[in-house]
This record gives sequence, structure tokens and C-alpha cells, in this order.
Amino acid sequence: MGKRIGMEVAVAVAEAVGLCNIDMAAVYPITPQSHIAEHLSDLVADGKIDAEFVTVESEHSAMSAVIGSSGAGARSYTATSSQGLMYMHELLPIASAMRLPITMAIANRAVSGPLNILNDHSDIMPQRDSGWISIFVENGQESIDMSIIAFKIAEHKDVMLPVNINIDGFQLTHMVEPFEMPTQEEVNKFLPPFVPHATLHPAKPVTMGAFAMSDYFTEIMKAKDEALKNSKKVILEVWDEWAKLFGRSYKPVETYKADDAEVLMLTMGSMGETAQMAIDELRAKGIKAGLVKLRLWRPFPFEEIKAAIKNAKKLIVTDRANSFGGPGGPVFSEIKSALYAEVQRPLIYNYIYGLGGRDVPVGDFTGMFEKVLADTANKQADTYEFWGVRE
Amino acid sequence: MALKTWRELPIGCVVSEPGSASEYHTGSWRSQRPIWDNKKCIKCGICYVFCPEGCVQQTEDGFFVANMDYCKGCGICAHECWPRAIAMIEEG
Amino acid sequence: MIEVRWHGRGGQGAVTSVELLAVSAIAAGKYAQGFPSFGPERRGAPVAAFTRIDDKKINVRSGIYEPDVVLVLDASLIGLVNVLDGLKPGGKLIVNTAKSPDEIRKDLHFSGTVATVDGTGIARKEMGVPIANTTMIGALLKVTGVMDLDAMKESVEHRFGRIAQKNLNAMKRSYDEIKISN
Ligand code: SF4
Ligand code: SF4
Repeated sequence: MGKRIGMEVAVAVAEAVGLCNIDMAAVYPITPQSHIAEHLSDLVADGKIDAEFVTVESEHSAMSAVIGSSGAGARSYTATSSQGLMYMHELLPIASAMRLPITMAIANRAVSGPLNILNDHSDIMPQRDSGWISIFVENGQESIDMSIIAFKIAEHKDVMLPVNINIDGFQLTHMVEPFEMPTQEEVNKFLPPFVPHATLHPAKPVTMGAFAMSDYFTEIMKAKDEALKNSKKVILEVWDEWAKLFGRSYKPVETYKADDAEVLMLTMGSMGETAQMAIDELRAKGIKAGLVKLRLWRPFPFEEIKAAIKNAKKLIVTDRANSFGGPGGPVFSEIKSALYAEVQRPLIYNYIYGLGGRDVPVGDFTGMFEKVLADTANKQADTYEFWGVRE
Repeated sequence: MALKTWRELPIGCVVSEPGSASEYHTGSWRSQRPIWDNKKCIKCGICYVFCPEGCVQQTEDGFFVANMDYCKGCGICAHECWPRAIAMIEEG
Repeated sequence: MIEVRWHGRGGQGAVTSVELLAVSAIAAGKYAQGFPSFGPERRGAPVAAFTRIDDKKINVRSGIYEPDVVLVLDASLIGLVNVLDGLKPGGKLIVNTAKSPDEIRKDLHFSGTVATVDGTGIARKEMGVPIANTTMIGALLKVTGVMDLDAMKESVEHRFGRIAQKNLNAMKRSYDEIKISN
């Protein structure tokens, strides 16, 4: 076990990426991601890492640049937030269709409007169907670990897909907190050199991103879907390998006091640890409350989620974004579809909360449990609500 | 040629054979063809530059001809040739 | 766990102080968080920053609403913002001012511990600048006893290089000169 050090998480993420022998980074600064861009460009400028830092003029260009550079066989990294991610949007499915193992940190931030800059998940949710592997982290340690692990998953020969790592903006990025930073030797041992599936090189020309009509488009979409589903096996393997090397184990779905729980709560991202404190408070009062944390958003871990929640009577799904005019939060609809065919399944309640940076103290989580427990006639089951909204 | 199944597609649909577009004979699209009048031609090369198929070639004497396997009859060469050395005539 | 809220103005270095304090506490084997009040940064505007220090892993990630300690980097903020907001009745108020603790106590009608030191005066003498953010860390350590002053050495040296010693001297002086009224 390494020594615990303290550092701002965004800076630590850049340090971790700096250990990964990247060839190229193209990052356009945007709050609250900017400290990643700034520190990574410092590492390059100071000669601490041997990589090209491309100072692009927008996020659209950042994503275009990493697509080109990954296609040329370079290990390529980018990071963004909110409007920047929205600006990249049209390129995200292209990166995954071309099977380019780009890795990207997303310092999650509310999407305008109104302009906000603080944390929620409304930036990543519209990108859900882009064909990227999508991971959520809950603390600084995980932000660092996943930033390194992502390269190995993405570049695995059976995966070859881009990965995004969702790090709650401010709540995580701007937090100085303790963690262990792997050493260069350890990362070298863990992360093999990047072997691309094809490269753009004049000596052996290939075409990437060619045109395809209706005669092939369906087959290509099917292949992409299979690739993303199959990536789960590799993700599990790589996480296991990480656990063996570093003693920190990661699972697609993690539980806290969930085994005998009658009421469960499901969270994604940095809210998990605060929610854990609410569980302790409720348990102290004799309430059988438990927590389920969803770490892997794509590929969606159907089996693991079913196993984690099937025995509960009630399940509170929390969402940090909404599907306007739709069925509630995006996590809520995903969980519902996962459980549709199950005979035994909990009643599900959906709270949309922590929007645009609204703080969520422990008391809000216990409040959600209390509200659900008070609904003895199950009248509010299967509905969604904006938690704490002023009526 | 049988179409490939999704399993047979290369990763990322990379086309690994260079220049395979030459198998695609766009000449079959043509309803008009360009005819060069070398008496008017000043060998400026504009037709060579503008042809979207890249099928205009320079001959040894410095004049230009189109490769009819690929000339799709779009007429851009004729439009761009300012000494009006190229005329488009109906096929067939 | 001890929770501290810092009041300052944009540009006075409250965020630097919470960072230095958290980094040092972690290096000393503790668990800590240091974070700004989230949002746009504007020079001169009232800002807050926060520190949590504990001997065991800290799980809470929400804001601090009932701090144990409030540290005011700029006394001109008193009256402009409610520096006592949520401060526990038995909590500790530390103010960078030349006034005595009793004067501040009278001004604010606060019954807990009040401690004052002329941090700006010390900073001006020791470092030649009227910015007391690092200086006041000394006062905080004395009043809370949360860790030794020596624990700050490494992070201050790492951060300030050549001028580290001046910062450490100023910190030491505010540690020694802080007047505490219980
Ligand atoms: S554009 Fe016209 S003049 Fe110029 S080279 Fe072609 S045919 Fe000749
Ligand atoms: S008609 Fe079009 S395709 Fe044919 S030679 Fe002229 S420009 Fe090229």
C-alpha cells in the first residue's frame, strides 16, 4: 500500500494521466474541468511527460483531434464538461464506430440553460447512446484509479472502444482530499503499450470512417452493440487485475448494507458516500436501509443490478438529470427496464435531486427514505419527483 | 458478391486495401461526355484540378483527356474551362 | 471531526489556505477535505472556503452548515456577511484583527470562544505583503490544537519555495500572538 497524499482531485487526475505514457492530449478548458487541462499542459510544458499537448480552439476540435490522433495510433486523451461535451456530441458516435480507444474525463456539470456551471449529470445523459463505455466515480481515489484503468480497458484488443470517466464537477474536481497515487513503475507494469487495430500511415494506407449505406449500416450498428456488450467481460477482468495489484477492488454495482435491506437507495457518482452516512443513521434507528451504487453506466450491468436489488421491498432510484416530458430520470427508466421481466421486484420511487449544484446533505437522503417508508399504501410508487423543489 | 455479416466486418469498418475506390466505375453514371477541342486548349490544367473524380489525365503532348471508366459526366471540367475548349455532348 | 469555515474576499487566498491545511493534515496521517464554495471566482467579493479534518475516513461530501470553527480573514466582512451563521454555540470564532477578543465578542454577541490576532500586521512585517491567509493558519492551529505547527512545514515549502520560511515565520507568530477568550 502506498502512502496517502493530499491533492486537488482534478490535478491528481492530470498527474495520473501523466503516468500513462500518453502520446497526445487535446483538452479545451471549461469549468469545472479546467484544472485537468491546465495541469496536464504544465506536465507537457515542463517536460515531465513526453506527449503532444494540442491547444485546440474548441471542444469540437478537441474531439476531432483525438479521433485523428488515435487513428494514427497515438494514445490520446481529452477531458471536458457540460457545454463542451454537448459541443463534442456529434463526434462521439463517430469515435466509437471507428473503434478508437480514446479516453476522456468528464467533470460533470449542468447543461445550460440557464447557465449554471455547477454539478449534475445532465451533460453525460444526452451522450448515453453514443457507444462509449461510461464509468461513474465516487471519490478522488476512484477518479485517479479509473483514469489509469480506462486506457487498459479501451485499448484491450477485444474492446477497442472509447471510455468516458464521469467525475462530479466541483464536488470531486475541486476537492483536496487524501488518496494513494500509483508510482510510475506500478503503472508501467499494469499498462501495456497501445497496439492499435489499424493505423493511418502513408506506408500502408487504410481508410477509416468510410461511407456506408443501408446495405451495411444495420450490420455496423449490430457490431457496435455487440462490441460494447462484450466489453463488460474485459472491464471485470481489468478491475480484478487492478485489485490484485493495488488492493482496491471495483465492481459494476457495489452495495452497502444491502443484503437484508427492505428499502434500498441507488446512487451514481459522488453522492454515494454521503448517502452511506444516511444508511448508518437509519440503521441506528432500526430501519433496514441499504445502498446500491452504480459505477458502470455503459455497458449497463443488468445481471449485477438485478441481483443487488431483487430482494428489497422498495427501491429509491436517485437521478441527477431528467428526461423532460418522459418517464422520469434516465437511471430510473433504465432500472425499470432491467426489472421488467422479473417476477419478484421492488416498488420503485424516483427522486431527481442535486440539480445545478444544489447541495444534498445527509438529512435529504434520510428524508427520502422516510418519505418512501411513510407511503404505506404505495401511492407514490413508480412516480418521479423533483426532490426539495419549492412548490 | 455476397454482403458480409456483422461478424465478418473488420473492427471499426476500416478499409485496409489502398485505392479500392478504383473498383467503383463511376463511368456508368454518365449521360453526357466531355469532348476536348485542343485547338482552343491553352494547357492551363484547370480541368485536371477541378474534376471531382480525378479522372482527367495529361497526355504526353500536354493536352488533357478523361478516363471514361470514371468520368461521370458532371460537366464541371467544361464549366470551369474558361477558353471553352471542352464541350459536353449527349451519350449514345 | 472538526469542520472549519473560512471567510475572505476573492484574491485573499482562503482557497490556498484550505488546500495547504488539508494537504498538511493528510501528510500528518489524518483524513481531510479542503474545498472552496463552489461557483465563479470574483476578486474582492466575499468568499467562503471549508476544511474538514478527522482521524478516520470522511464520507460526507455535502457543504458545511454547522462549523465548529469560523475563521475570518478580513474583519471588514463582519457586518457584511453573517460570519456566525450556523457556528455551534460552543464553537470558536477566529478573527484577523487588531481588536481584542472582547471587542469582537461585544460587536457580535457571541458566547463561544473568540480569538483575535493582527494577522495582516504580522504578514506585512514578516512577508512585506498585507495578505494573511497563511499567517492565520498558525492562529487556527493554536486555537483548535488539531495538529502541530510543524506539520505545515513540508506543504508550505513545496508551495512557496524561496519565500516559504517567511510564511512559516508569520504562521509561528500568529500561533504565539493569538489572544484567546473563552
Ligand atoms: S481547362 Fe480548358 S484550357 Fe485549361 S487545360 Fe483544360 S481544356 Fe485546356
Ligand atoms: S465530366 Fe466531370 S467527371 Fe468527367 S472529366 Fe469532366 S469533370 Fe471529370
